Amino acid sequence: MSDAVVPRKAEAGAPRTGFQQPGWLRRAAASDLFYSFRRSKLTMLAAFVTLLFFLAAIFASVLAVQNPFDPAQLQLMNSRIPPLWTADGQSPYLLGTDEQGRDVLSAILYGLRISLAVGVLGVLLSGTIGIVLGLVAGYVGGAIDSLIMRIADVQLTFPAILIALLVNGVVKSVFGNRLDAMSMLGVLVIAIGLSFWVQYARTVRGSVLVEKNKDYVAAAQLIGLPAPVIMLRHVLPNAIGPVLVIATINLALAIITEATLSFLGVGLPDTMPSLGTLIRIGNNYLFSGEWWIVAFPGFALAALILSINLLGDWLREALNPKLR
Amino acid sequence: MLAFILRRAIQAIGVMVVVGVVAFSMFRFAGDPVNQMVSIDTSAAERARIRDQLGLNDPVLVQFSRYFVNAAQFKFGTSYQFRQPVADLLAERLPATLELATCATMLAMVFGILLGVHSALRRDSLLAKVFQAISLVGISLPTFLIGILLIYLFAVVLGWLPSFGRGQVVRIGWWTTGLLTLSGLKALIMPSITLGLFQMTLIMRLVQAEMLEVLRTDYIRFARARGLTTRAIHFGHALRNTLVPVITVAGLQFGSVIAFSIITETVFQWPGMGLLFVQAVQNVDIPIMAAYLMMVSLIFVTINLLVDILYTVVDPRLRSTISRPA
Repeated sequence: MSDAVVPRKAEAGAPRTGFQQPGWLRRAAASDLFYSFRRSKLTMLAAFVTLLFFLAAIFASVLAVQNPFDPAQLQLMNSRIPPLWTADGQSPYLLGTDEQGRDVLSAILYGLRISLAVGVLGVLLSGTIGIVLGLVAGYVGGAIDSLIMRIADVQLTFPAILIALLVNGVVKSVFGNRLDAMSMLGVLVIAIGLSFWVQYARTVRGSVLVEKNKDYVAAAQLIGLPAPVIMLRHVLPNAIGPVLVIATINLALAIITEATLSFLGVGLPDTMPSLGTLIRIGNNYLFSGEWWIVAFPGFALAALILSINLLGDWLREALNPKLR
Repeated sequence: MLAFILRRAIQAIGVMVVVGVVAFSMFRFAGDPVNQMVSIDTSAAERARIRDQLGLNDPVLVQFSRYFVNAAQFKFGTSYQFRQPVADLLAERLPATLELATCATMLAMVFGILLGVHSALRRDSLLAKVFQAISLVGISLPTFLIGILLIYLFAVVLGWLPSFGRGQVVRIGWWTTGLLTLSGLKALIMPSITLGLFQMTLIMRLVQAEMLEVLRTDYIRFARARGLTTRAIHFGHALRNTLVPVITVAGLQFGSVIAFSIITETVFQWPGMGLLFVQAVQNVDIPIMAAYLMMVSLIFVTINLLVDILYTVVDPRLRSTISRPA
């Protein structure tokens, strides 16, 4: 008798698994979220631009006229060519070339790839750390909860950029100052991951504290599911909305942080430049009149961040029933 | 009230101890301090002597307490790059950073409040919409891009302002100031704008939101019914009530202004603590990194504590509900 009741209860409170069921496309098209998306032209534009940036990054090697970091393809003869539409522009170099004869547009496409990779990986890492710690803190409670939340409090006092710089410096001093470009990318992801986990942990913990007293959790406990399963399969899906909002906004923050670290010269090296590295390189030519070397990477970075931020703003409003 | 202040003070000390542990572990365990101080051809015996002299053979707890006692007296050891006491290096650069951060915060407060009030009172005016758009851009643009943009515009194209450095400074005791010379003031303009823009947008949005909320309350309606002039209502009654949260946020943000000055100082080659810190990270100069962390933490924690105390003084409602949730 009770066997028949308990699973049904668990199912009622459990997450909507609509995305796996047939017809999810139609359900998504009829959802509130999609409706509010269609209503806002600015959001659609932002989504389009963001998508464009991701596609450009993925297909960088196809779109670029040269691989800007293969020295064999560079010719010093072609250095410092201004953009195509100016008087001295030359044909394949739409946005001009830099000091070493690199095509600025190609460098931006390859740099975009690095910036987005670090941003996405950083968000994934910080999200994972934050969600796990938030779930544990909220679900287990007690001393573990206070320990995790005290650490979060202390870390929240300090801006993320400072923590990222410190993590960066410490990792470099442990492994030596001469890290290759790939490991530097890893260091940046770790630095960003450790700088941004707090917000996820706090949000998830808050939701867990509300959810864990509901009947479906009690039911899941009653049928003897282990705590990790309950946390991940039952509680987490009900706390995921705010996490998505934070993740979107944090993607922009992670990209800014990476660009800032690279601009400060403690991020990605010149051999594997992100947008931030390109801006740092271009900044050196500002005074000699070659404005295009810094202007276009800067513009790309600003446009990318602005569109992601607009998407994040929209998601926050769309997922918050109070603001509707 | 006293119990609350006491509890907050103990919490603040707790944070400082945690930061001290982090700083000490960075100094002690991230790389070997001895290797950083000697050259390649130093003999093993000499290394052992230095190791002993630095007390690196003592138990870790003894080392930690010694580090902590030294740090409390602002002795942070010797910089690996400059071979000078870190405390001297920091003290030399502290005035530049504090002057910049203070100017940026003042700028952010003045313009943030003015623009916020304007966009709250005339929500549909063109100017308010322009401010709104600028604030979105201000939040989206990374600090260093704003700096580069300003340099290009005002230093390269127009040639009005210097693009780097502090200009001429005047020495008053151990403090150096750029506020008393024309070149110093000119050099201060662009870095202050760059550093203050983010805070300005934050304050502007906050003032706007708070004003809109306050203008809807009953006592404003009552003030209108009493026939007070709109000016008296807006500025005497409404604005005054929005200022409490604004001052709190501005105070709490002062810490991040100092942290973000790392970026601004690098863009403008401003000779402050932030530039020193970035160079330390580039060259893995752990003593400077650890000391900077301690200094900035001390500033942060002190400001947080002061703001908390001021808050209870200013807002009597908080005194009854003193057990604030974390």
